[in-house]
Amino acid sequence: MRRVALIALLVAPYLLWAVCVMDGAGTHGKTVVAPPRLSETGLYDSSGAIDPRNFPFIPQYPLWSDGAEKVRWVRLPAGAKIDVSDINAWRFPAGTKFWKQFSWGGRKVETRMIWKVAEDHWVFATYVWTEDQTDAVLAPETGIAKVVDIGRGKKHSIPSKEDCLACHQSSPAVVLGFNALQLSDDRDPLAPHAELLSENAVTLRSLIKSELLSPLRSDLAIYPPRIRERDPIARAALGYLSANCGGCHNDRVPLDRLGLVLLHDSGGASNAPEPAHATAVNASGRYAMPGIPEDSSRIVAPGAPERSALLYRMRSRRPSSQMPPLGTAIADDEAAELVKKWIENLKAK
Amino acid sequence: MKRRSILSLTAAAIALIAVAFTLQPVAAPAAAQKTNTKVERGAYLVKIMGCNDCHTPWKMGPEGPEPDMTRMLSGHPQDMAMTPVTLEKGPWGWVGAATNTAFSGAWGVSFTANLTPDSETGLGKWTDETFVRAIRTGRHEGQGRPILPPMPYPMYRNATDDDLRAVFAFLQSIPAIRNKVPQPIDPPETE
Repeated sequence: MRRVALIALLVAPYLLWAVCVMDGAGTHGKTVVAPPRLSETGLYDSSGAIDPRNFPFIPQYPLWSDGAEKVRWVRLPAGAKIDVSDINAWRFPAGTKFWKQFSWGGRKVETRMIWKVAEDHWVFATYVWTEDQTDAVLAPETGIAKVVDIGRGKKHSIPSKEDCLACHQSSPAVVLGFNALQLSDDRDPLAPHAELLSENAVTLRSLIKSELLSPLRSDLAIYPPRIRERDPIARAALGYLSANCGGCHNDRVPLDRLGLVLLHDSGGASNAPEPAHATAVNASGRYAMPGIPEDSSRIVAPGAPERSALLYRMRSRRPSSQMPPLGTAIADDEAAELVKKWIENLKAK
Repeated sequence: MKRRSILSLTAAAIALIAVAFTLQPVAAPAAAQKTNTKVERGAYLVKIMGCNDCHTPWKMGPEGPEPDMTRMLSGHPQDMAMTPVTLEKGPWGWVGAATNTAFSGAWGVSFTANLTPDSETGLGKWTDETFVRAIRTGRHEGQGRPILPPMPYPMYRNATDDDLRAVFAFLQSIPAIRNKVPQPIDPPETE
């Protein structure tokens, strides 16, 4: 009897503890936090140079970030491959890290990091550079408003974690600038704000050559993905829209119900129309442009930029109408001009 | 001997309590009961969070202004046009419509949303995940334009996921009302 009592006494606290841990795991899950300083994330080696295991990459259609100069790196765990079985939703091995550094006027302002710590578990962090530019410090999850002047009377804000997730959790892929179209070796010469491809930058071909894709998809080295438009203006305009708007406006969750798909489909047939063309041109959107009869507004009105809500919202930086709704305080005039030309050209067809 | 028995009984009792805690999920109510409980919880939360104060248009009743429950939670009436109000400099910061569904202030003009499950003009096509994200982020549909004042999402974002999902479950259970709420009106350019 004494032995039973002893066992019961020993087991009881364990059982109670087990209940607590199960509850905790159910609500909080595994917790991995970003290091407090950028220098501790693995971006740099001990000498302060970029760690040679981190490779630069340059999306052919850069995301508009109010004119920031940006540099990007990726690190894949040694021996691991990227699962590209869904060509539009690459799945990265646990341990993969991405960094993106933002500068204005030659001064580093922030560096963002996306780190896959486990399957379906990502850490999003942003680091704010110190005044002496020697390191960057982890920003609070709420972000920091208005940290640096970026011209036109506007200031850049460090995004909140929620703002990061608004786009990065709405796309088929968590990482938005590292995909088949963005790394394609068939680069668009008219892409707005295109950056020169450096010699050591990762491209689709280099990934295939290094056998880092699974399946290998060597066909993409021969027929690299591109926007399926013959008109160079249309190609560049739809590439821009895919990179800047397709993160949210795609056929998956949660805005699929809007029916507006601006994300390029790298798995589409070569003669398939671009989703943006098919879903935006002549389509009536929910947004009614001010100043014109409601029934004449279209998402894209062929030949009529003045009735095209997409262009109106691209040009707007008013809180209720601007697109994208976050991450930018200054309209992208160069891209707006390109999209305007595309809309005007649609008239002739 | 007596002491040993008390010790044994105490230990056994603790162990039984622990086992009972461990098995608690097995004894949880059936799914249907859970749904009802969730909707009831949502109804209660909607009542105490004051959702009807702004999302149900108010009318003049026999004893003064009261929410028009025939239009429960359907937002600003679509046929009620509002224009921005310019306030003189002074202590007044913003004004509200008599229906308490439209507000003019530094943010422009905001209109309360149709929270009924109408598929075209309400939340009929929303998921509970979208609803939770909208409250957490303070953004329309969880990723669009900012949700405007005076919607107190900075307070509501502190609610638990379970409570927000309960609110959504209740909103999906009420009658759908077709009412296309106007878009917000931006404030005048200041540059």
